[in-house]
This record gives sequence, C-alpha cells and structure tokens, in this order.
Amino acid sequence: MSSEGKVTYNDDIVKLFTIATVFWGIAGFTVGVLIALQLVFPQLNFGEYLTFGRLRPLHTSAVIFAFGGNALLGTSYYIVQRTCETRLWNDKMAFFTFWGYQAFILMAGLGYLAGVTQGKEYAEPEWYADLWLTVVWVAYLLVFMMTLKKRKEPHIYVANWFYMSFIITVAILHLVHNVHIPISLTDTKSYSVWSGVQGALIQWWYGHNAVGFFLTAGFLGMMYYFVPKQANRPVYSYRLSILHFWSLIFIYIWAGPHHLQYTALPDWAQTLGMTFSIMLWMPSWGGMINGMMTLSGAWHKLREDPVLRFMVISLAFYGMSTFEGPLMSIRSVNALSHYTDWTIGHVHSGALGWNAFITFGALYYLVPKLWDRPLYSKRLVNTHLWIATIGILLYIASMWVAGIMQGLMWRSYDEMGLLTYSFGETVLAMRPYYMIRALGGVLFLVGSFIMTYNLYKTATAPKEASVKGAVAC
Amino acid sequence: MLDKHKKIERNSFLLLVLTIVAVSIGGLIEIVPLFRVETSIERIEGVRPYTPLELAGQKIYIREGCYNCHSQHIRPLRDEVERYGHYSIAAESMYDHPFQWGSKRTGPDLARVGGKYSDEWHAEHMINPRSVVPESIMPAYAFLSKRGAKLHDIGKDLKALKIAGVPYTDEMIKNAYWDAMAQANADADTEGLESRYGEKVNVRDFDGQKNMTSEMDAMIAYLQVLGTMVDFKDGQEGE
Repeated sequence: MSSEGKVTYNDDIVKLFTIATVFWGIAGFTVGVLIALQLVFPQLNFGEYLTFGRLRPLHTSAVIFAFGGNALLGTSYYIVQRTCETRLWNDKMAFFTFWGYQAFILMAGLGYLAGVTQGKEYAEPEWYADLWLTVVWVAYLLVFMMTLKKRKEPHIYVANWFYMSFIITVAILHLVHNVHIPISLTDTKSYSVWSGVQGALIQWWYGHNAVGFFLTAGFLGMMYYFVPKQANRPVYSYRLSILHFWSLIFIYIWAGPHHLQYTALPDWAQTLGMTFSIMLWMPSWGGMINGMMTLSGAWHKLREDPVLRFMVISLAFYGMSTFEGPLMSIRSVNALSHYTDWTIGHVHSGALGWNAFITFGALYYLVPKLWDRPLYSKRLVNTHLWIATIGILLYIASMWVAGIMQGLMWRSYDEMGLLTYSFGETVLAMRPYYMIRALGGVLFLVGSFIMTYNLYKTATAPKEASVKGAVAC
Repeated sequence: MLDKHKKIERNSFLLLVLTIVAVSIGGLIEIVPLFRVETSIERIEGVRPYTPLELAGQKIYIREGCYNCHSQHIRPLRDEVERYGHYSIAAESMYDHPFQWGSKRTGPDLARVGGKYSDEWHAEHMINPRSVVPESIMPAYAFLSKRGAKLHDIGKDLKALKIAGVPYTDEMIKNAYWDAMAQANADADTEGLESRYGEKVNVRDFDGQKNMTSEMDAMIAYLQVLGTMVDFKDGQEGE
C-alpha cells in the first residue's frame, strides 16, 4: 500500500467488496445448480418459497448484481485509486456504498423468495428497493467522479472510461425502466407505467444494455487494468482503445430490439436492433483483440501463470459470445433460437466464461496484494481453471444441442403436414441435456469452492511466511 | 483526432457528458416514436382492462414468476400459429403493466391459453402438474387453492393502474371488490360486472370450491381470459 509512495490508498473498502464478491458468487452459483436440477427433477421445487419461478430471479440477480456488482464496485475502487494516484474520495461515503449495496441485495433477494417482484427480467426488485439502489448508485457515481477529479495523473486511464460509462449508463437504464406506481406506500406491490409493446422495448433496451454496460463495459474496465498488470505489458493499442470505447458504447444502446424479432414491435425497430447488433461485433472484437494482443511478446507467461490463463480464456469466451450474439440477432436465426435454451447457453458462455473468469483472474491478483501475502497455491488455481472450463464447456455444448433441437422440434412437420411433436415431447427430449447442464454447473461450483479455499488460505497465512517484497509482481 | 481525444481524457466532466450523449442517441431514436401510439398499436375491438379477479390472477402469475418459463407472445410463424393460435398483436398486451411476453419457453406459450382447457384441468394441473401432463417439469402450486385471494383492497390496484394509463372508471374502482367476488360465484348477480366489463366476462366458480374465492379462482380466471378478448373470426387483423 503505502510502499508505493506518499499516497495511502483506501484498501479496506476493496477488501470488503472482495469478500462480498466471493460470498455472493458461491451463493449465486449454488442457486443456479439448484434450479438447473429442478428442471430435471421437478420434485426439487420445495413448497411455496423455493420454486423455480421464484429462484430463477434470485439466481440471475445474485450472479449479475451481487457477484458481478460487488466485483465491479470493488475493482473500480482499487483501480481508480492506482491509476489516479490518489486516495478514494470520502471514505465514509465509500463505506456507505458497500453496506448500502449489500442491503439492496438482501432487500431484493428476500423479496423474490416472498414473491415480491416487479415481474421484469433482470429488474425484479420492487419500487422501494429500486429507490434505495438509486441513492446508493448516486453515492457510487459521486465517489468515483470525485476521485477522478482529484487525480494526480493528467490523463484518465482507459479502464476508468469504461467504469464511468458503466456507472452512468446503468443509472440511466435503472431510472427509465423502473418508473413504477406503488399501490400504496405501505404495500410492496407496484405497477409499471410502461405496458405492452412500449414496455417490451424499454425492457430490452434495459435488459440488453444491462449486458452491455454492467456485464461488458464494466468488466472491460477490469480487463484493461488486470490483464496488462498480470502480463506486465502495456495495453496493446491506445488508438484501438479509443475507437472501440466510443463505438462500443454508441452502438450497444441500439441493439435491444433483437430480443423482440417477429413480435408486435414495429418492423423498423426490429431491423434497427438487428443491424446494430451485427455492427456491434466489431467494437466487441476490438476490445478482445486489444486485450489478447497485450500479451504479444509475453505469450510464454501463459505457461507458468495460471492467473493470466484465466484472463486469456475469459477474453476468448468474450470473443466467442460476442460473435454468437450478432449471429443470434439475425432474424432467420432468431426465429429458431428465440424462446429456446440456446439463449440460455449463449448467456452462460458470456457470464461464466467472460464475466466470472475475468473476475476470478482479478480476485487471484487482488487478494495477495490486498492482504500482502503470496498466493497460497498456484496449483489450485490451475485445478480451478480446468474444472471450471470443463464445466462451462459441458454447459454451453449441452445448451446448444438442447436449444437447436428444441427449435427444430417445435417447427417440425410430418408428411401429413401436421406438427410432429407435442410440446410435452419436446420437454421430455430436453431431459438428458438439462442433466449435462446441471453437471457442468456443479463442476463450475466446485471450482469456485477451490478458489475460495485458496484465497482464504492466502489471506489468513501467518504474516511471517511472506518475506517482505516477495509478493509476486 | 487523437490529439483532440487528449482533451476529453484529461477532463472527467467532459468525458462524462460525452458518454451520456453517446449512450442516449440510440435509445431516444428507438423508443420515443413508439409513444406515438397510433404508429405502433392499432386499436382493436374487444380489448378491455382486466376484471379485478383477473387482475388478482395476474398478480399471482407475476408473484410466482410464471413469465420465467412461459411466454405470452405468438410470432407470425407457421408452426407457432398452428400450435398456439393467431399471432399476437400489440393491442392485446396494452393493458399489461408490465408486459408478459416473456423470453423463454420452458413450458408452452400462454398468449391464447384462454378457453383451451377446462377450469378443472387447470386446477388439477396446478395442484399436481404431472397428473395431467406426465412430461411436465412445472412446480406444483397446490397452495393456491388453499388460500383465499386477497381481494378486499383490489380497488387500490385498479387505482394505481389508472394512473399508469389503464382506463378504469371510478365506478370500476369503487366496485372492484364486489366485481371480483361476483365473478367467482356462479350464482351471483353479475349485472354490474357485465355492464362494466362486457357480457363476455367468464363468470363461474373457477376452482370448484364453493365456500371460498381462492387464489386458484383468480389464477384460472386470468388464464381463461388470455388471448380471448379479440375475436379474430370477425376478420380483424393486426398490423
């Protein structure tokens, strides 16, 4: 910390977010495994509170907003201090963002179990939780911007551009999408002012850009700091950073309507959504290439550094899912893929392969630095890497097969010109693939337990064990 | 150009403002025109706000997260129209706050499930899905039939929806509770209910339990009206 100069960074706050990231990650993955198993064994829907319908939002919110969100807030605080060479602005407000955010997660999650939900995908928390999140988010924006403002470095580092666009755009999305009218101030239920076709477009403008700005821009901020640090090389291309930053944030916003192909949404909007989704391929790959090529001249490091391997595989998955996304947005492909498990597979190649892997890489980088001890075991990092990778591959491969098969069965006709399969038959056909998917999920979860153990052993190792200055990098 | 960018990346406020501009354009261009309703929703005869009992059912539908596995939107594709019925048109979901189009069909589409199955089938299916559909992986919702529907203040829901733009009249709001009770009772006087919501309203004891108006009643009333408001045989076509 202080060894880097006169500046003492606020790392206590980063430690808290780091712990929360691991905790919510395990929680979210566990619920994921449970709901995957519920689709194979419906008997696992217990009573009223633990049904698939209530647990699925719990899973998506826990992994996106709790695991991903804590990772983003924590790493942004770590990075903005280092790249601005200044301490975080206002310690008290920074701690408020931590506890405030955890309170939001609990409010939302307990609500889902009790059946309190707005019924909008990825925006299920009810009005009171939304209002609370708004307060926390404004505090977060303030801490981040004020820290940038008092920076000692004249240039704002590229990672911070991405974090900033993530914070401000998520604020806009949140405010517009969640305009709700509570039935009374003492009741949890509210009604969206948006309905029908307008509601659908606003939902997917929100939903797709939650992917674009929460899960992409924010995590690219993470990538732009940790990949160069871990590889000990400068970012590959400064020009490419500029180009892909502006084109990514400009184009992403348009892509939402690809979730509404062939619906009652006017055709022009569907076409715009599809067109921009295909264009989005380029800036996405710009980011991937910039990350990957940062390793040029340092590829040999992949042989001995499993942490770097996590980061590189995450970029590979990012490249793959940002290629698959535009493909699925093409109308004729979407006609087949929409409503099927192909979408679920696509989401998970991004969420597990890209978001979780870059986060794992960041955690393996951060914990030794924050607790000032060497990483407990590189071998366990490697074990985690392979178990998790196999898990992801089982997951996405089974969902590709399941999704495409489902789509083909739904539209299959016999020689009499009648639909070949009843819906029930298509459900039955999914069973083996749902089982393989659950197995993939279990492997991924086991991997994250290995990581937790490794990080715990690292953080709690006796201080004497680490010779001063022996910390890697 | 790179030199110009130096100005931006040295000024946090400028960077913030330009980011907001960049991310606003697409959204504005796509979303704002949709609020000229006449460009996106053709008024169709028959579409009406939900009755209080149906609305109570929709609340349960949302509470249980049914939308996670069931879509309510039929695309104009040959197989979908054959499997589920006439493709969905925008007007049919204009009173859904929020819309329930969904994004996944782990179970079948429900946009036109109304009238396809009997009330008894629905009740049995929700109490024990696999007793009527052996392949089903749906959770059981037996508790719905054991619990009374929360209807005493359903008028507040209508009021909130009125603010959101649903054309509920003061009379509808005032009579909400009685309308809900009447709809679930085969012997009730339904004159008021029908004058407010039309003669097509389904009035009967949906769950077959005479002694109570359960959540199951509300849920089935909601499911039975889905997709039935517009009569497509009249030659009405969407879009």
